[in-house]
Amino acid sequence: MSIEPSHDQAAVRLVGITKRFPGVQANDGIDLDVRPGEIHALLGENGAGKSTLMNILSGFYQPDEGQILMDGKPVTFRSPRDAIAQGIGMVHQHFMLVDMLTVAENVTLGMESPRFVLNLPATERKIAELSQRYRLQVDPRARIWQLSVGEQQRVEIIKMLYRGAKILILDEPTAVLTPGEVTDLFAVLRQMVAEGTSVVFISHKLEEVLSISDRITVLRKGRVVATVEASAVTPVELARLMVGREVLFRAEKQALPPGEPLLQVVGLKAANDKGLLALNGVSLAVREREILGIAGVAGNGQKELAEVITGLRPSKEGQVMICSKDMTNCSPRQIIDRGVSHVPEDRLGMGLVPNLAISDNVVLKKYRRSPIARGPFLDRSSIDQFADGLIALYDIAAPGHSTAAKLLSGGNLQKTILAREISAEPKVLVAVHPTRGLDVGATEAVHRMLLEQRAHGAAILMLSEDLDELLALSDRIAVMHGGRVMGIVDAENASLDEIGLMMAGSLSQTAVEAGAALTEERG
Amino acid sequence: MFKLERRYERSRYAGLLVTTGSLLAALLFCAVILALAGANPWQTYVAMVKGAFGGKYEFSETIVKAIPLMLCGLGVSVAFRMLFWNIGAEGQLAMGGFAASGVALFVPQAFPNLPSWLLLPLMVVAGFVAGALWGMIPALLKAYLKVNEIIVTLMMNYIAVLWVEYLFYGPWKDPKGYGFPGSALFTQAAWLPRWEGTRVHGGLIFAIVAAIAIWLILARTKWGYEIRVIGENPTAARYAGISLARNILLVMLISGGLAGLAGMAEVAGISHRLQKGLTVGYGFTAIIVAWLGKLNPGGVLVVAVLMAGLLVGGDQIQITMGLPASVASILQGSILFFMLGGAFLTDFRVRWVSRARLPAAPSLAKATPEE
Repeated sequence: MSIEPSHDQAAVRLVGITKRFPGVQANDGIDLDVRPGEIHALLGENGAGKSTLMNILSGFYQPDEGQILMDGKPVTFRSPRDAIAQGIGMVHQHFMLVDMLTVAENVTLGMESPRFVLNLPATERKIAELSQRYRLQVDPRARIWQLSVGEQQRVEIIKMLYRGAKILILDEPTAVLTPGEVTDLFAVLRQMVAEGTSVVFISHKLEEVLSISDRITVLRKGRVVATVEASAVTPVELARLMVGREVLFRAEKQALPPGEPLLQVVGLKAANDKGLLALNGVSLAVREREILGIAGVAGNGQKELAEVITGLRPSKEGQVMICSKDMTNCSPRQIIDRGVSHVPEDRLGMGLVPNLAISDNVVLKKYRRSPIARGPFLDRSSIDQFADGLIALYDIAAPGHSTAAKLLSGGNLQKTILAREISAEPKVLVAVHPTRGLDVGATEAVHRMLLEQRAHGAAILMLSEDLDELLALSDRIAVMHGGRVMGIVDAENASLDEIGLMMAGSLSQTAVEAGAALTEERG
Repeated sequence: MFKLERRYERSRYAGLLVTTGSLLAALLFCAVILALAGANPWQTYVAMVKGAFGGKYEFSETIVKAIPLMLCGLGVSVAFRMLFWNIGAEGQLAMGGFAASGVALFVPQAFPNLPSWLLLPLMVVAGFVAGALWGMIPALLKAYLKVNEIIVTLMMNYIAVLWVEYLFYGPWKDPKGYGFPGSALFTQAAWLPRWEGTRVHGGLIFAIVAAIAIWLILARTKWGYEIRVIGENPTAARYAGISLARNILLVMLISGGLAGLAGMAEVAGISHRLQKGLTVGYGFTAIIVAWLGKLNPGGVLVVAVLMAGLLVGGDQIQITMGLPASVASILQGSILFFMLGGAFLTDFRVRWVSRARLPAAPSLAKATPEE
């Protein structure tokens, strides 16, 4: 790639950025340029690599490969301090403020000057100046704990401006804001770009991105799918770019007549970890020999739905019926015993015990029963035998059954979990992001395993962010938004437009019409 | 500048090497202190080793001190395995000593000719149950109300220790004891048998049996499996339907019970009465023992003997070298300090890097992909 320094109109340019984490390729050869005075949105699903990329740009991570160019010259950031010295500052999703200190104290915190004596009045004056100029209203003397989330965000922005940021990165800034605060924030951002600052705006909300940004780069699975002008693109096109359009592979899915409903959820309401309502009256049913896919942008209640069904989260209202028995708010153990298997989202955090051997991990749910257990004792040899059987059957690449689970690759971790969950011969299988971060081979293996279970008669609830996967595997797809099911469509004749619009929050009926209208318009 | 990097693979001998290295470093460090205190470090160390392991008598005294450390250390390590931070072994030991003394003092009054083979088991049960019940209070608070167990177990030590003191200074004080703080002497039926010519008593058998039992439980039973899963990943345990609350209660029954048993063994094996000197910090030293023994039953037994040797040897240098007892405490503290530091080095590697050539890989900063 040849770039002529003098003609480079970008404020900063990323070239071929690659970043790997153990088992995950977070960024894969990403090119991106940010122009002076533009709002550049970075759009993509969870796990698409947006935050990783921006953490690299702001000096938190170092890329494995690739370069950052400023004014055409390569720069290396070893820490966020190096990045801010070059005028690149990032406001994280989770604010990095000290609650007990004042706004002014937080703003000077970690700066090299002044070294010993704080001149708070001067800092306060400068903050007042900045907050007037950009209409970022904040009292420099207020303590952080006294401020609302929106105000705290303003402090973070001021912190970066105070340090001389010319390129401001905002990681999902609107996720924590009320609609009014979002409007205020956007006004601030427009003011900033008018003065020549560049803004990189990370989001997965389509409307927002369209309303605020000049250009949009869509990431998917660690790669750039496209960079487009915001004025030249529709929400539906963006949704397509985001979730992918080209079907990578079609699983061999037999047509099977679905049977009785094995999992029924009626009017389910539940709170998330913050105590806010995350499920707001969800109803659905999954039948024997059926895969029901759940589509939706992350954070719309999918995680909570899986947790309530598996007994890990209490519900406030509504019912969970498993094999026509009311199991609402039963313990995880009772639900496991009722025949529910669960492939959790967090493989090492929940699905496995990283420091224990594979053999110990595959009996996580059946150690209580014969032949693994003999009275109060465990039968070591039958555990090992069982583990060897699963390793061979599901082709898990491991030196042996006594290898610690943490040493397995992402794909083999997932195969181990699936092997364990499937070996329980479940009536109901809840699979959450079963192929996230896996390579093509492992993805295919996981898909095969899921389809086999379907053929065996299991009712499978599959949560995924990958629409290709949902379309390929599911019999029906339910789309969630804001803690509700917006609609359920047959995977056979589902249109991406329709699903995309429901993901953006339109109810099923309107989605169909809007989708049709748009298709006609574009002829 | 110095940089810490996580070691992903450990060499096979790293553990042994680091342990030996830490021990040597501690001894070297203390040598400086000893020299400052005016003693010859080499002579002091020789005197300590001789005082603790130099002969049959010395070694037997070391074992005597090792017994309560073993029992408490085993108890503490079971709880630690499950990430339940029981630092209340001292109080649980006191309550065990109290209950066993109660049985030894008052049961023979009701049944004067009760034989030893009935009285001693009764005392064992009383000591174990009292310690277990004392441990049950923080366990219940933690399991059902999420009250921090560190604070509760720590504070309950004081209640138990002072309760026992109240008894032997007050209502249980021996009227014929010339004002000495202690209860009346137990009848001989309440004495644990001793090895010929030493003070080593049957408590050693309790400790060895307990260690084997714990090893069996952890390695071979369903319950032990649950404890290991909870200790390694509580979230996975919950996901697998393992009840956290139930296991906290069960584990604390064992943990408190073993410390209570240590109290019983102390009164029935050594003092033969409830007296001052029952609670001299075994329950706290046991935390060190459990930690240095890597929460491993066999390791706990070995470390308990070494730690007891340090205590006995420390007493010896007071006598033979005329050094203050605090020197032994300094030595103990330094060894722990260096060992824990060493354990850190088995997980992390410290590297000196010039500022200009910092490696590109993220180090301590937890590198996780976006969530």
